[in-house]
Amino acid sequence: MSMIAIALLLQSASPPPYAMPGEEPVEAYEVRPENAGAKPFEGDAMAKAFGGQDGIRRVVNRLIDLNSNDPVIGEIFVTEDRVRFRRTLFEHMCYLLNAGCIYTGMDMRSAHKNMGIQQADMNRMVENLQSAMDAEGIRFHAQNRLLAKLATMRKDVVER
Amino acid sequence: MSRIKLSLSTCTLALIWALPQAAWADELRGGGKLLLTNGISSLEGASGGSLTPWAVIAGNETKDGIGVSAHATVAEVKSYDFQSAGFSIGLFDRVELSYSHHNFNMNEIGAALGLGADYAFKQHIFGAKLKLAGDLVFGDPMMPAIVIGAQYKNSDNDAVVGAMGAKDTKGIDYYVSASKLFLSHSILASATLRATKANQIGLLGFGGDRNSSYSLQAEGSLAWQLSRRFAIGGEYRTKPNNLGVAREDDWFDLFGTYAFNKHLTAAVGYADMGSIASVGEQRGVLFSLQASY
Ligand code: HEM
Repeated sequence: MSMIAIALLLQSASPPPYAMPGEEPVEAYEVRPENAGAKPFEGDAMAKAFGGQDGIRRVVNRLIDLNSNDPVIGEIFVTEDRVRFRRTLFEHMCYLLNAGCIYTGMDMRSAHKNMGIQQADMNRMVENLQSAMDAEGIRFHAQNRLLAKLATMRKDVVER
Repeated sequence: MSRIKLSLSTCTLALIWALPQAAWADELRGGGKLLLTNGISSLEGASGGSLTPWAVIAGNETKDGIGVSAHATVAEVKSYDFQSAGFSIGLFDRVELSYSHHNFNMNEIGAALGLGADYAFKQHIFGAKLKLAGDLVFGDPMMPAIVIGAQYKNSDNDAVVGAMGAKDTKGIDYYVSASKLFLSHSILASATLRATKANQIGLLGFGGDRNSSYSLQAEGSLAWQLSRRFAIGGEYRTKPNNLGVAREDDWFDLFGTYAFNKHLTAAVGYADMGSIASVGEQRGVLFSLQASY
């Protein structure tokens, strides 16, 4: 195999996550499954409960809209790279729900550092996510199973 | 009595004033708790279920603010009417101070016992609760929130509870509670251990001819969350049995609680309070409203 072929193969296997077209550059980091902050669900029950990737994408887009327009936490999102955020947040949820994605974003601590996120902001985000999941018609019990995973990540999101 | 009330409220005021001054240079932040995660006010004023405290702090505040709540509860059991009303202050989702007043109306039984129709047992309860560790919702899914608490109870019916055999007209309960919302099952479980001398939670005084010292009682709640706003559950509470003349039974209830919004929560229950003041089968409905900020 020629060097070029190997290079091409490597590139298509793991494109640099900070160099997606249309996104602002970010500091280099290693893409690892652990960055997602929790192990994905087993089986496809949760992916199904969320309506597969299409359903998850609608939930994520609605969540991002709710967060950005939120009177309480909207301010925290003003500087975000909307293009990247839509991609990485989708990947994240899709990965955790075992709906067939790889998460290529940062780990939770790096993603939220120096944002000054307080507990009330976290709870507000949870409420927006609940509204987004309600709008998609996702069963309350399935919603809570996802929230259970996110709940363990608080220490990396909320600043003490 | 009034001296204690006064010094407790001075203490409360001092705490409210001093804590943020000392610890927080930043702005205080009101509100922010998730629906139902401050529970409702239990009969004795501590936030939790209807009958027993949970390891939660009253008010809507998070660790960055101060919250308050007020409650009114009525229980209509076979022979008696029971009203409880009070308020609480939550400091930084860590400390809870509460006051609750009980009015236990004997209706006709009062006359039958020679106390007069509509005789009422009354008491004041001052509570304090401190969260030691853990979290109800977040963090390690197997690590519950843990609190310790105390309830100072003072009966208004000194002569009558004395005549019934109570050793004291006031007393302090001490308790420890652990509670967790197991999100992956939508189930909240809570357990409390209480050291108490109280007869019928203090309405009939403290200690008695059968036993005059502290005994350890177990209390538990199990609730199933059906939506963000609505949960159903049951509670059980063991009680001492200190008075020879008035047998005392364990209490249990089944309840539904609904959050209309962040500021108004209602609970409706069916409670079985067993024998009270020598008349058995005290079962009936329990209704409670709580406002919180
Ligand atoms: C457990 C809860 C949370 C999870 C799982 C989560 C997940 C994520 C993920 C996957 C990313 C993308 C990281 C990347 O692009 O590499 C991200 C970024 C971000 N999150 Fe969160 N988040 C949580 C809570 C919050 C909260 C409570 C806030 C604020 C109220 C918040 C604000 C942000 C912001 C502003 C970004 C950066 C967006 C950007 O600049 O691209 N997050 N979060």
